[in-house]
This record gives sequence, C-alpha cells and structure tokens, in this order.
Amino acid sequence: MIKEYKGLVNIVGPLILVENVKDVKYEELVEIELSDKSRRSGKVLEVNQDKALVQVFEGTSGIDIDGTKTRFLGRGIQIALSGEMLGKVYSGLGKPKTRNDEIIPEEFLDINGSPINPFARNYPNEFIQTGISTIDGLNTLVRGQKLPLFSGSGLPHNRMAAQIARQATVLGKNEQFAVVFGAMGITFEEAQFFIDDFRKTGALTRSVLFLNLADDPAIERIATPRVALTTAEYLAFKKDMHVLVILTDLTNYCEALREVSAARKEIPGRRGYPGYLYTDLSMIYERAGRIKGKNGSITMIPILTMPEDDKTHPIPDLTGYITEGQIILSRSLHRKKVSPPVDVLPSLSRLKDKGIGKGKTREDHADLFNQLYAAYARGKEAQELAVILGESALTDTDKLYFRFAEDFEREYVSQGEYENRTIEETLNLGWKLLSIFPREELKRVRDENIDKYYKKAE
Amino acid sequence: MDKNGKIVKVAGPLVIADNMLGSKMFDVVFVSEKKLMGEIIELNQEKAYIQVYEETEGIGVGEVVYPTGEPLSVELGPGLLESIYDGTQRPLDKIYSQVGDFITRGIQVKSISRDKKWRFIPLVKKNDSVSEGDKLGFVQETTLIKHFIMVPPGMKGKVKEIKEGDFTVEEKVAVLSNEGKDTQIMMMHRWPVRKPRPYLEKLSPEMPLFTGQRVVDMFFPIAKGGTACVPGPFGSGKTVIQHQLAKWADAEVIVYIGCGERGNEMTDVLLEFPELVDPKSGEPLMKRTVLIANTSNMPVAAREASVYTGITIAEYFRDMGYSVALMADSTSRWAEAMREISGRLEEMPGEEGYPAYLGAKIASFYERAGRVKCLSTEEREGALSVIGAVSPPGGDLSDPVVQSTLRVVKVFWSLEAQLAYRRHFPAISWLNSYSLYNENIKDYILKNVSEDYFDLQGSSMRILEEESELEEVVRLVGVDALSGSDRLILLAARMIREDFLHQNAFHEIDTYSSVEKQYKMLSVINHFYQKAKETLQKQVEIFSIENVKVKDKIARMKYTPKENVASIDEIKNEIDGELEALSKNI
Repeated sequence: MIKEYKGLVNIVGPLILVENVKDVKYEELVEIELSDKSRRSGKVLEVNQDKALVQVFEGTSGIDIDGTKTRFLGRGIQIALSGEMLGKVYSGLGKPKTRNDEIIPEEFLDINGSPINPFARNYPNEFIQTGISTIDGLNTLVRGQKLPLFSGSGLPHNRMAAQIARQATVLGKNEQFAVVFGAMGITFEEAQFFIDDFRKTGALTRSVLFLNLADDPAIERIATPRVALTTAEYLAFKKDMHVLVILTDLTNYCEALREVSAARKEIPGRRGYPGYLYTDLSMIYERAGRIKGKNGSITMIPILTMPEDDKTHPIPDLTGYITEGQIILSRSLHRKKVSPPVDVLPSLSRLKDKGIGKGKTREDHADLFNQLYAAYARGKEAQELAVILGESALTDTDKLYFRFAEDFEREYVSQGEYENRTIEETLNLGWKLLSIFPREELKRVRDENIDKYYKKAE
Repeated sequence: MDKNGKIVKVAGPLVIADNMLGSKMFDVVFVSEKKLMGEIIELNQEKAYIQVYEETEGIGVGEVVYPTGEPLSVELGPGLLESIYDGTQRPLDKIYSQVGDFITRGIQVKSISRDKKWRFIPLVKKNDSVSEGDKLGFVQETTLIKHFIMVPPGMKGKVKEIKEGDFTVEEKVAVLSNEGKDTQIMMMHRWPVRKPRPYLEKLSPEMPLFTGQRVVDMFFPIAKGGTACVPGPFGSGKTVIQHQLAKWADAEVIVYIGCGERGNEMTDVLLEFPELVDPKSGEPLMKRTVLIANTSNMPVAAREASVYTGITIAEYFRDMGYSVALMADSTSRWAEAMREISGRLEEMPGEEGYPAYLGAKIASFYERAGRVKCLSTEEREGALSVIGAVSPPGGDLSDPVVQSTLRVVKVFWSLEAQLAYRRHFPAISWLNSYSLYNENIKDYILKNVSEDYFDLQGSSMRILEEESELEEVVRLVGVDALSGSDRLILLAARMIREDFLHQNAFHEIDTYSSVEKQYKMLSVINHFYQKAKETLQKQVEIFSIENVKVKDKIARMKYTPKENVASIDEIKNEIDGELEALSKNI
C-alpha cells in the first residue's frame, strides 16, 4: 500500500520535513509531486515519531509547503539492470538519458548493496598490465583492487584514467574489461572527453555511463557511485565480467554529502565534513573486489582532486586509509612536461606484492622496484642538496644518484599518453637505469637477480 | 520478558524505542521482526537509545523491540581458534555457508559450533575441591594449543562427577557440588564483553615479547603483558607491521582485530596464515590465531563492539596461563565509531567532535592488558599484550586519539611518511619512537640475550642521533666540509639504517630475524664502527674506509638463513683484516 501525504512542515536546503506520516521506513524511497505536477525523488534520512525527514535528490527549488505531495514507496532506491546496459548512458540516478538507453530489466537491485563477507573474498593477485611504467613497475594494479588517482585541478588525471581504461589487459588472457563510468559533478567537457576516447577505441560498446554533470542537481551525486557500483556488481558477479569502475570526481561527492549534513545541523568533523565520512566512503570503495567462485571482478579507479594539492585534506586522507594505495600526480612533474606526471615516492599500491614475481610478472620485479624506489629517493635528496650547495659539492656516489633521478624521471616516468609498454619493457628499462651504479650499491636486490639482470638488459 | 518496546525514531545506526522500562544499560535487544541485534546505550525514562549492529534501512516507527535482559556477551570455549568472527562474534565462515557472498541482515549463527565433539581429558579427580579458575581438564583444540576448561568465575565446590570422553560444548563434562547444590559444568560459557575478566593480581611485565622485527626487538622492545601503539599516516605500513607482529611475535595465542579496515587485508590474513609456519613449533600460524573482522563497510556500531569482543577472547586465553598478543587495527576507526554514535545521540562533543569520554574509553581498553596471576588455586601466570594501530588524519600526531593513546601505552612506534616514501620499512622512526620497558626486561635480556645488549642499543642510537645533527650541517655546507670522524658517523649510521633497521617483510628470510641474529648483526656494525675509528686515527683517509669491500658483506647479513647465523660473526674478522691492511698501506 502506497501512502501519500499532502503538505510539508519545512524545507531546509536539500531537505524537506513531512508530518503525520505513518509506517515510514528509514532509507525508504520517496516520490515528490510538486504543485506543477512535476516529479522528484528523495529518500528518508530520519523518522522521528510521526515526522519524516526526506532528502530530495533533484534539489528543493520550486517546492512549496502546502501544495507538495509526497508518496512513500515502501522500498529503498533500486536500479533496473540487464546485460543490455553496455553502451548506454544514464543519469546520476540511473535513469535512461534517451529512449535508446532504455532496457528491459532483468533484475532490480537496491543501490546500497550489502557488505561482501570478508570470508567470501578472493585475494586480488592477478596482475593487470596498464602499459604505464610507473604503475606496472612500481605500483602494480591487480584485479579487484581499488586504486585512486589523487590529483589536483589542472592536472591530466582524466587522460591518465582514460589511458588505463584503454590499455589495461591481463597477461596471457584475452578477456576484455567492461567499463562502468560514474561521473559526479564534472563538466560536460570532461565527460565528453571520456565518451570520445571510449568511442575512438571501441570501448564505448562495453561501457555503461552514469553522468551527473556539474549543472545536474548536487544531491543526486550521493546516489551516483552507488548506482554505478550496483551495476558493476551485477555485471561482475552475475554476468561474469571483469569490470573497471572509474569514478570521478569524489571531491564533488563529498561536498554534496557535506551539504546534506550541514542542512541536518549535524556536528561537523574536520573542515565541515560529517563525522561519518570515512564510513560513507568505505561503503563505496569496499565494493571493489573478487569473490570466491565468481569469474568476474570489480577493479576501481576513483579520481579525486585534492583541494590545494593538500594530501592531508579529509577527502584524500580518508580515501587513502580505505583504498589499497594511491597514485599521486605531481604538479612540478607536469610543469616539466613529464607525462603521466606520477609522483613516484608517495604513490603506492598495497596489493602489488601478491601480484608480481615469478609466474606473474618476473622474478626480479620485487627487488627491482625496491631498488628503484630507494635509488630515486636518494637521488631526490641529492637534488635538494645540490640546489643549496651546487652539484659540485656532492660526493661521487651522490652525483650518480643525482643523475639517476634525472634519467629516471625523463625515461621511466615520462612516456606519453599513447605509449603502451609491456611489463618486460618496463622491467628492462629499470635495469638499464640502474646500470649506472656499481654493483655494491644495489643493496635491495638479491645476488641471483643481480647476476641475471645487472648490466645485461640492453 | 513479555514486555516489548516500540520504535519512535530511526536515525542511521541509532534507534530510539519507547516502553523499555525494565531494561538495563548495555543490554542487548533485537530490533524489529528482522531481529537486528542492538545494544542500549542510553536510558531516558521509558525511552531506550539503541545502537544497532546492523544496517537499519527499512526500519520504521512503530516496529517492535525485543529486550533480552542480558548484556552483550561472547561465547568462550573450544572452537575459538582458527575462527573468523565479525564484531559481535558471528562466525563469518558460517554466515558465508548460510547466505553466500554478501552479509545480509538479521542472521543468527552460533559463535561456537554446537555439533563438533571435542575430546575432553580431565585434570582433576572425583572429590577434589576446586574453585573459580581452576583447571578441570583440557581439550587439544589445535596442534598448538591445549584449551583448558576452567571453573567459570564465581563458582566453586567439590567435583562430584567428571569423565573423559567426546563432548560438544553444551554437554556437561563435570558436576560440582557446593553446599548441597549441584552445578553442571559445560565446556562453553558466556562472558559480557565490556566487563574485564577477573584475575588474582596484576604483575609488572618482565619478559620481552620478541617479534623477529629488528627495529622492535633491539631498539624499542615491548614486554609480554605490555602495551604499544603504532600511529602513522596512510601508506606508512601500519597494517604490514601489525601483520608481521601477528605472524612472528613469540606469543602463544594471537587475537587479531581488523576494526574498520579493508576487507582484502582480512582475506590476506585468512589465506596467508594457514600457509605460514611458526618458527618455533613448525605448525601453521593459523592454529594459534583468532580473527575478528569488522571491515569498514560493515555496520559501524558493530565496529565499536569489535575491540571488546576481541579483548574478552584474549583475556580468556590469558586466564588459561598463556601469553596472548592482541593486535587492533585500527583503534582510530573504533574511536570514530564512538564519535558517530555520540553525534547521533547529540552529546556535547570534545576535541575534533570526539566524545568527551574518548580518553577514558581508550585508557580502560589498554588497561585490560597486563601480566597477571591468574584466578586459580595453583600458581599460574598469563600475559596479554595489546598493540593498537592508530590512523591519525594526515598523520598528525596531535590527533586526540593518538594523544589519548600515548598517555596510556608504554611503547610508541612512530611511523613516518618520509621513511615510507623511501621504502624504508618498517617505517618506524628511530628518533621519535620510544619504549619504556627497557628497565622491566633488563634482567631477562642480560641473562638470555647478551650482556652488552643495552650498550649496543645505546651506542647505535647515539650514532643515529648524531647523524641527524650532522645532516643539518651537510645541508648547509656539503659533506666535504665534514671531518673524517664525522663522515664515519654518517657511514655507520647509514649501515645501521639500511643494513640493520631496514627489513623486508616480503623476503622469505628477512621477514623474521631471530634475536640471536639481530644481536650478531648489530654487533658486527658496531665492531666495524669501532675498528674504523681506530683506523682513522692512524691517518687513513676516510675515503678508503668508505670504499672497503666488506661493506657489501655487511649489507647482505640480513639475508643469512637461520642455519648459517653463526657465520655472521666471521664478518668481524674480515673487517679487521681489511682495515688493518689499509693502515699498513700508509
């Protein structure tokens, strides 16, 4: 039985309060009919005695107190799903954008999903070759991982995400990724860049797009990643596909969350973001993964722009605590025209250790990246020292490291948008760069690997 | 109880119910017909404020609340080891076999299997007098652990009946009679999680808890029954350190709590621990481990409960006389769960929105650690060491959770992002960290490790401290301006850092260093430093000392397999040889 109520008590920001309701449930979906008969949707944030607090996804402009009708639909927000969704475009709430995008649903699923039982998870350990050296060689991505791009405004994070989507393959297998793309509050141009790039490479027919653009209602964004991930779960675990989920831009999502929190007069945490931001973000990120006995997987690349490039801002900070590593883009490398400008030292992939090595990439991989990291870090220190004292003040060893850091940025990090390096090429390049050091300096590499690869990769 | 409550408000994990007179604080209730488990956290006249351990989506006003009249408790008995539980001790493997890949709501599964039969072997005879905590018998629960069945706290009497045999945890294994009243003893009993289990007396820790991690064991050791915290920004390796300690710490039982952290990390433990072998017994590590996994996407209120569930289980094994180590990763998520619930209760916040009672809660949690004389008529000692990870926002140590924790713990392993960027792992800062257990463990160390352990530790720390001062100078005037002896300090410090402190958790040999090996390694480096200092005084150029061949040998000490540990000492001879040759060439 669907209950309909006429009139509201108050409207504050994106929230409306309905009185004298009965049997309303927490998180229930609400349909709101305005005086002009247009319709909006919302969800119940709180029920208190006979009052229900409802968050309106499309915003509250044009809603009045006495003429508005609310209908409580007795269920949560669901999305209609089918394998036919590939190649189609939806709104941030999962509504078809055009007639062409409509489907005959095979299933309806609640967008909030349920937590994956940690016992049911399969550990992500299948190496994904992205063709980007800084990822494959140093911060290896594996299937089922969530690896965000921490970026800043004006940096080429979209291009890098598109490059990953374009080049990602699993070695020795000919499976293709399906891409689920969730846009939250990005501009039309940014969205169009992805669509064009997917179209050019033919990926579009294997993609599902959920677009909430900058001029779409801000509160709708709260649903967008959930809608996208419900679709991804459906494709991965019911249709056996390997799904790459790209979510951009999480910063806009968090701001929408803050807006709702402020309207509810909740006690704010850091920088006005709600205290439950960590929990909320984890409900999104933790939906990536692999499940025992299922062929499909969800690999997630969320993108967020760090306000003022500040990594300690609550959004990147909390994200970093949940995701399995992070790829950080550097403004200074970008200025030096290094592309993709991956800031190697603070970037990290937590799952790389299980995804590399013999049988996956090559037996020397772990030692090699440890050595490259250590050498680059020391090279960076030498560079800083040289800024103050001049290069001539460095010891001979430090001079080597100094040179290494320069070569490393120029040859290893920088590769351009369309160069697709195999893992062999990436590893050999690493050895080539290390060959300027005498053998004793390579402390992080086992003897047998030095014997096999040192000064041999030409 | 036939009186049920009625919901009047639902806001996220907080539900308020009316008509709840008769319920007590921290009683467990079941919310709605879906039977979602919750706990009363505030009472106001007839209203009860309930934190619900499961998602409250779809719950509405007017639905029923069933009181149980009992506080949140865990089941203790054979079957705990090798289990993986959620924050309220529901077994995740059983949930998986019941409902599949995703955790759905309102599932009720017994924490300990009721069907499995265990071989019970009595340790007391008929007509023996026993009192609380006394061992009645044991069950060989895993190949590593004998699970002792003790007289539950608060009971005593004469053994009227006891027999060997195969029993389930709910069958009686013994009957005690006290003042004409008979009590049946089962292998399982329940204990409220928020109430520390009793013991006779608390003792000061005096044995080190060796972990196989060089920076910990040689520089900042923790004691059995001690407390430690590991704060650090993301990516600094908190979880890897916690995993390393869970793997290699020489405790007999490990309780690992994944509190509000990543699901894949728990999977990692689940897959890896059965494969890894305990260096002492040669048995799989899983045989001594209990896992509590309440990942970040699982309900927030259950996250709050998970640390209590874990520590109660740990205390139970301590009471058997074991040395138990508990790892909580991460206590910040636990604190955040408190903050979230506190916010929903509209309590006046303290610092950073955390509730004003944050410090008290953290302190009382860590205080449940300790070396104790167990409750029993026989002399028995148990120890519970607690190691908590803290995840301060932005790695900022002024965070209230870090500060409240530092006030109570005795060991501080400070993780630094800068070290992690250089891939110096474990990224424990040698300048900021400390251990206050050096005095406690002194006697043990001097007797069992070495007479000069503390001298070695002191002189190495001095070299590192001097290095950090010299680095300032180098930054201003360059390394060439330094004297030979200063440059030697830089060289020795680099050796300590790179060849000793740096330890690769993913290298099959380096992942665990026995204390013997650690001691030998550090003493080789110290020997090099002393010898080189003498050589330098004989007018040998620092340049030639910096380039000695034996440096390479020192760098590879860490990869020495355990059979060849004695060979590390031979490096000292090579050092002598090479350095003496240098001074002869002058």
